[in-house]
Amino acid sequence: MDVLKEVGNIGAGNAATALSKLLDKPVDMQVPKVNLLPFEAITNIVGGSEQVVIAIFLRVVGDAPGNMFFVIQPASAKKLLERIAGLEIEEEEDRFSEMEYSALHEIGNILAGSYLSSLADFTKLSLQPTVPSLAVDMAGAILSFGLMEYGAMGDRALLIDTKFLEGQDAVEGHFFLIPDPESFGKMFAALGVPVE
Amino acid sequence: MTSLSTVKVGMADLGVLVGAGSLKTTGLGSCVGLTLHDPVARVSGMAHIMLPTSSIAREGSNLNKAKYADTAIPELIDRMQKSGAMTSRMVGKMAGGAQMFAFAATSESMRIGPRNVESCKAILAEYGIPLKGEDTGGNYGRTIELLGDTGILIIRSVNQHIKEL
Repeated sequence: MDVLKEVGNIGAGNAATALSKLLDKPVDMQVPKVNLLPFEAITNIVGGSEQVVIAIFLRVVGDAPGNMFFVIQPASAKKLLERIAGLEIEEEEDRFSEMEYSALHEIGNILAGSYLSSLADFTKLSLQPTVPSLAVDMAGAILSFGLMEYGAMGDRALLIDTKFLEGQDAVEGHFFLIPDPESFGKMFAALGVPVE
Repeated sequence: MTSLSTVKVGMADLGVLVGAGSLKTTGLGSCVGLTLHDPVARVSGMAHIMLPTSSIAREGSNLNKAKYADTAIPELIDRMQKSGAMTSRMVGKMAGGAQMFAFAATSESMRIGPRNVESCKAILAEYGIPLKGEDTGGNYGRTIELLGDTGILIIRSVNQHIKEL
């Protein structure tokens, strides 16, 4: 678990750097939490299964496949858009224009890409992102999609959760990396940790 | 106004209700919320089904029956019968089975939502239970609530109107 936390840390560190470059401001990143969590608990991290969130999802392919999500709440997304893209944001909750979608998509893409590439560098594993998809919907509906691989194994999934915080306005975002069940062995082996 | 009880059904979970009140499950994406109702005995059931078949299960002996269509529906019927329901009077309704991400449609194994829907229909047909209402597919999440006294299924989503089946 500590090794996975370190892996998460390295990936997230790079993503935090990328985000702070985009914002031109320092970005705090919390030490990743690595946990084997019940499905319900995973959606609770972002406010429960009915909470509306914005999620950028991409599938990690290559040596150690898995699912990756960048999840933010609508209010945080609006703040991000204001800062980065200089877009004038309408007050109306939960609604985004095509332009805003496109900007969020790109932000998520950059962050997820930098997370993944540093992970690949560190583990020497080939890890490529697929084209990311964006969805604005209930957290349960979105995240359950990433848990399907685990569904056949049990009712809990390994989650590497990193939380970002930016400034006083607290733009808060989560990175979820959910490696496929078959991927831990490869990750541990790549890191030189013996697998029982 | 008296407040009626709401039975919450979690992900990969099922529940049964006798009489008034409601059964509710939130945030259905590619999962299917399957409901059964016996209007005479006023027994209702709901399952939050995640996967189409238990043949892919690698859970071993403590298999969670509520998770797979082919094990959840028989289990739900069984529990409802113990509460006085009869299979011959049951009607089914379901919602969910969405494809949350567009690109997923390109890969067969990612078509989990439609496969869940197909599997539920096939199993209901095996039991001869008519499917009286369906709100499936699309690319959005749903929260559903089944009213125990009437068997009406209320479907809420983020950007759509509230539907009733």
